[in-house]
Amino acid sequence: MVLVALLLIFFYLLYVVQPIFESASVTKRTDIALKDNKTYFGMGMEEQTEIAYLLDDKGLVDFYQIKGQNSGDKLNTLAVDLDGQVTSFSQSAPFLGIYAYGLDNGQIQLVKPSFLISFPGNQRVMQPRLSYPLEGVQLEVDDQGQAIKQFAFSHYEDKTAVVAQTADKRVVFASFSAEENMFSGEIEWTVERSILPIEGRVDDMLISPDTTRVFVRSANQVYVFDTRFADEVKQFQLLAANEENANLVNMNLLAGANSLMLSNDNGEVSQWFEVNTDEGRQFAKIRSFESVKSAQVDIFSEFYRRTFFTTTNTGELGLYYTTSEAHLWQGKVVDGAIEKFAVSPRSNAALLLSDNTLNVVELHNEHPEVTWSALWQEVWYEGYPEPAYTWQSTSASDDFESKFSLVPISFGTIKAAMYAMLFAVPIALSAAIYTAYFMSPELRRVVKPTVEIMEALPTVILGFLAGLWLAPLIEEHLPAIVALLVLLPIAIIGTAFGWTKLPKQIRHLLPDGWHSVLLIPVVLIVGWLSFAISDSIEVWMFGGNVRQYLTNELGLTFDQRNSLVVGIAMGFAVIPTIFSIAEDAVFSVPKHLSNGSLALGATQWQTLVRVILLTASPGIFSAVMMGLGRAVGETMIVLMATGNTPIMDWSIFQGMRTLAANIAVEMPESEVGSSHYRILFLAAFVLFIFTFIFNTVAEFVRQQLREKYSSM
Amino acid sequence: MVRQWFKSGSPWIWMTGGAVSISLISVIGLLAMIAWKGLSFFWPTEVVEFELEGSVAKQTVIGEIYDREMVPKARLEAAGYDFSDYQDEYIERLLVKTGNREYVELDFRWILTTDIQSRTVPEDMAVFERSKNGNFYGYVVRVIEDGKVVTQQPVERLEFLVERAVELNEEALDLQNGDIGHINYELERLRLKERGYQLDNELTDKVKAELEAQRAQLREEYKVFEKRLFELRADAKRDYVVVRDMRGEEVTLPLYQVLDVWFPNNMGFFSKVGHYFSQTGKFISDDPREANTEGGVFPAIFGTVFMVMLMAVIVTPFGVIAAIYLHEYAAKNAVTKMIRIAVINLAGVPSIVYGVFGLGFFVYMLGGSIDQLFYPEAAPSPVFGTPGVIWSALTLAILTLPVVIVSTEEGLSRIPSSVRHGSLALGATKAETLWRIIVPMASPAIMTGLILAVARAAGEVAPLMLVGVVKMAPTLPLDGNFPYIHLDRKFMHLGFHIYDVGFQSPNVEAARPLVYATAFLLVTVIIALNITAIGIRNHLREKFRALEH
Repeated sequence: MVLVALLLIFFYLLYVVQPIFESASVTKRTDIALKDNKTYFGMGMEEQTEIAYLLDDKGLVDFYQIKGQNSGDKLNTLAVDLDGQVTSFSQSAPFLGIYAYGLDNGQIQLVKPSFLISFPGNQRVMQPRLSYPLEGVQLEVDDQGQAIKQFAFSHYEDKTAVVAQTADKRVVFASFSAEENMFSGEIEWTVERSILPIEGRVDDMLISPDTTRVFVRSANQVYVFDTRFADEVKQFQLLAANEENANLVNMNLLAGANSLMLSNDNGEVSQWFEVNTDEGRQFAKIRSFESVKSAQVDIFSEFYRRTFFTTTNTGELGLYYTTSEAHLWQGKVVDGAIEKFAVSPRSNAALLLSDNTLNVVELHNEHPEVTWSALWQEVWYEGYPEPAYTWQSTSASDDFESKFSLVPISFGTIKAAMYAMLFAVPIALSAAIYTAYFMSPELRRVVKPTVEIMEALPTVILGFLAGLWLAPLIEEHLPAIVALLVLLPIAIIGTAFGWTKLPKQIRHLLPDGWHSVLLIPVVLIVGWLSFAISDSIEVWMFGGNVRQYLTNELGLTFDQRNSLVVGIAMGFAVIPTIFSIAEDAVFSVPKHLSNGSLALGATQWQTLVRVILLTASPGIFSAVMMGLGRAVGETMIVLMATGNTPIMDWSIFQGMRTLAANIAVEMPESEVGSSHYRILFLAAFVLFIFTFIFNTVAEFVRQQLREKYSSM
Repeated sequence: MVRQWFKSGSPWIWMTGGAVSISLISVIGLLAMIAWKGLSFFWPTEVVEFELEGSVAKQTVIGEIYDREMVPKARLEAAGYDFSDYQDEYIERLLVKTGNREYVELDFRWILTTDIQSRTVPEDMAVFERSKNGNFYGYVVRVIEDGKVVTQQPVERLEFLVERAVELNEEALDLQNGDIGHINYELERLRLKERGYQLDNELTDKVKAELEAQRAQLREEYKVFEKRLFELRADAKRDYVVVRDMRGEEVTLPLYQVLDVWFPNNMGFFSKVGHYFSQTGKFISDDPREANTEGGVFPAIFGTVFMVMLMAVIVTPFGVIAAIYLHEYAAKNAVTKMIRIAVINLAGVPSIVYGVFGLGFFVYMLGGSIDQLFYPEAAPSPVFGTPGVIWSALTLAILTLPVVIVSTEEGLSRIPSSVRHGSLALGATKAETLWRIIVPMASPAIMTGLILAVARAAGEVAPLMLVGVVKMAPTLPLDGNFPYIHLDRKFMHLGFHIYDVGFQSPNVEAARPLVYATAFLLVTVIIALNITAIGIRNHLREKFRALEH
């Protein structure tokens, strides 16, 4: 029953976690021989991956059923409204789903295939349509009316921009903004045009969806333009971007449009993004991926994730994830060259056009961003100056890339547990030793349950006191804590020494084993004294403000909710656990051992150190292990007494974020089945294993000890 | 001599003794502090009137003294104040709760004692506890009853009128939550019924008409109640009181917003005690107000108790059976040893891991399946496939299982074997011995385990945050609507209430005493449960020790 519960937890956690380590797979769904033999410029599919559309060179869009029993049927052909002859074609970033035809009159027309969904008789019916993002208005890119040879565009929110090469080899950048005329209510277009200075031929053009960057590839060079201000377009950088002994063959932008992907004819694909350097933000090569060596390697990006695909003219398909540097899949999917490629919005299927055949493949690639190395090693994220351990799971923006490094939160867990143990172990063990060995039995009967009742105290209360009472107190009276640490041992030893000097009559008033009662007023007085002199110390040594002193003189940041607070509060929660088990271990050491030692002339202390502790040491070890297990998994105290910032710093004056607190904070808002959700389960699994090991070792040692005692 | 003394080791003995003292002081100090802070909150403090001038403009401040601290002069001077004519190194400052939240910027403010020109405890100072915007402090100028100024004994009349308004409000609330809530609940059930018929393709015109008739009837009833509700509300809005606040301005307070009024500066000791108990009573029996920072904690108490009882019902049979098996039947082999280690491990697994497991396994997997099978009409909104009280109880049942097992097993092992042998010798079978002799004798131990489990569950918060606790539950899991017990509902919990109010509330300063009071309540319950359990266990030990001889 219990075993079942434990195994159930173990395997269920594993069951949820396991998919993130599954590798990607690509399986063939169907091949569709296209009905007409014509040239297609672009293609795509709708979200359910039931219908694919292909845009041809005349401005016609063919819709094909690619799923179900009618798979392979041509559903419809629609014509795009075009006022001119088609001379070129381009498509937007995948998530926008817009395509555009460039015309011989210097204009372009934007079109978006869309689907009207209706439910007649509880049956879903999709009706293909063509919609026009600009209500059918053709954008006049070139005011000289030259034919557009090639171009790139973006139309996102209220921003529209086009970069195009005209028949007379000019490279035009045009930015469009629509404004409603106040009187007539008509939409008026204002255009800002500028000519981009490109030397040599133009191979590829790209524009970021937010229209702030334009990339133009000319042989092995990539021009980057800053187009944030349409009236002031300037060259941002010129990259010599090819690999050694290789030439560039293609380029594309990754989802989120921060990274530029470049492919070489030796099969290498490199990722570039902006990093802060001495000369401001500059594009730099971050990492590269090995693809199959081929004369033509094309790159395609996914809708939202940092996954990209490579296709070659030898029919090879490659699947990669940039940030985790994972080469997820590679294989030959068709015999001929892959001419066109498109991925579905949910990244669960892809279309390949090869030899007038439409190949549909299914993709299974749920969690490409999670790999063992991405979780535990430094990762270079977009926009970061260098590789780092980062935990940042969510953000307000859509194209945000989640950063899942378990290192900072595991570090936080260890840090919190360590400070707690630092506080708890000395006190708990000393108290246990005294209670078990020196204390008089009557007192012990009171003391033991009192300390043990602490274990029942809800941690939420300890956490609340730590966060709202202790943290401000420590902030106000930091010197008092230090003073307490120094003065308390001195005062105790002083009292002890003073006691030996007292006349015998007084000394004999206190029976043996009542020392701690005598010490209670001493501790109280020292505590009071420390706080009383705290302000004076602050004025005398630190110029009236310790926190300022720490920041200015020592360069330490001081958080109000810091490791010291957590150490004390969590130490407090752990003391009863350690105390209780260690006390039992010491107490159950057979009496004849200590009696023998004392009879041979050893002092009480010698007997304790040489005989009792040695015998009880496995028990004490298991007590510490149990305490550690508890400290590692504690949630509420850490949640309330730290700032929950995932930083990596041993400083006692800063906070941390632990695995347990992280789960408590983020679990309620993580989407079921997402990578985030599964990684949180992984965090829980790690905790489970951690404590499982601690507890099993501790329990095993305890059972051994019990057998040993019973044989004595 | 000192060296010899050190060599004897006796200073170290004293040091270990010191550790005990520290532990004791911190345990007792902690409990005493919670008790003091939690209990003193309800005591009516006097309201003080300060005349200020100095580092601030001349003004009057009225309020309760909340806290005081000494500030080094240097720090204040660094902040730009001038204290060159002041001698001491430290300056005392007071934190004053001024209330009147909608008229002043901050309802708490620090006052430097050097600024205080005069300090009085004026008689007839009234404190109004309001349902919105916190307390109001001021002098009663006049009481307006039904549009007319009350001339005779306005204060007594005011107290009567406040009581009347409170009663009317309560009646309106009862109506709203009781009868009107019931109608809304029935309407929702009808909607689900209709959807159910629709899914089964049984929604004929006849059924439709029937449902529509029921609906129409409910709407009729609703109209009656609504009319009554509006009447009550209008009636409650009848009276006003005009109060002069600390700015010297007269403010009109509608009495329907006033929950209570008292005059702390006029109170004698006994009326203060009376007030204290009535405030404590309200804290325990009222609903929270103002984003939980004011009012009572009744729903949290109810939720905690309900969930814990549900958990006890689930955990007891499993725990007891497991313990009996382990102690009476299991052979002493590797499997048993493994099970024992598993028990210890189960006790040591961090509670948040149980929460994660509960969320994934119970809520999403089990709850999701239940929804698919039994509540298809409610889709897409989940019934059991969302955190709720049943899942919380189940999760905590696994968490507390080891507590029950260990405690029961201990009880079983304390029963002298002579008793067992006697029963067997008289011809009873093993099962009979177990059922008639052993289990009844072990029942106090089972009780102990159960109490300890309940105490543990009542204090556990982390897993509940994932599987069912909410900041504010609109309805209790138990009410007058069929099927009366709603296991799928979310609930409030004392421990989570502490976390929520102390750390997530907009006005932490105002809420802090409330958090202490809640913490005290929780600690009292848990410590009391633990002491009871320990008491039972000790009693049991003595009893069986006597049996053995």
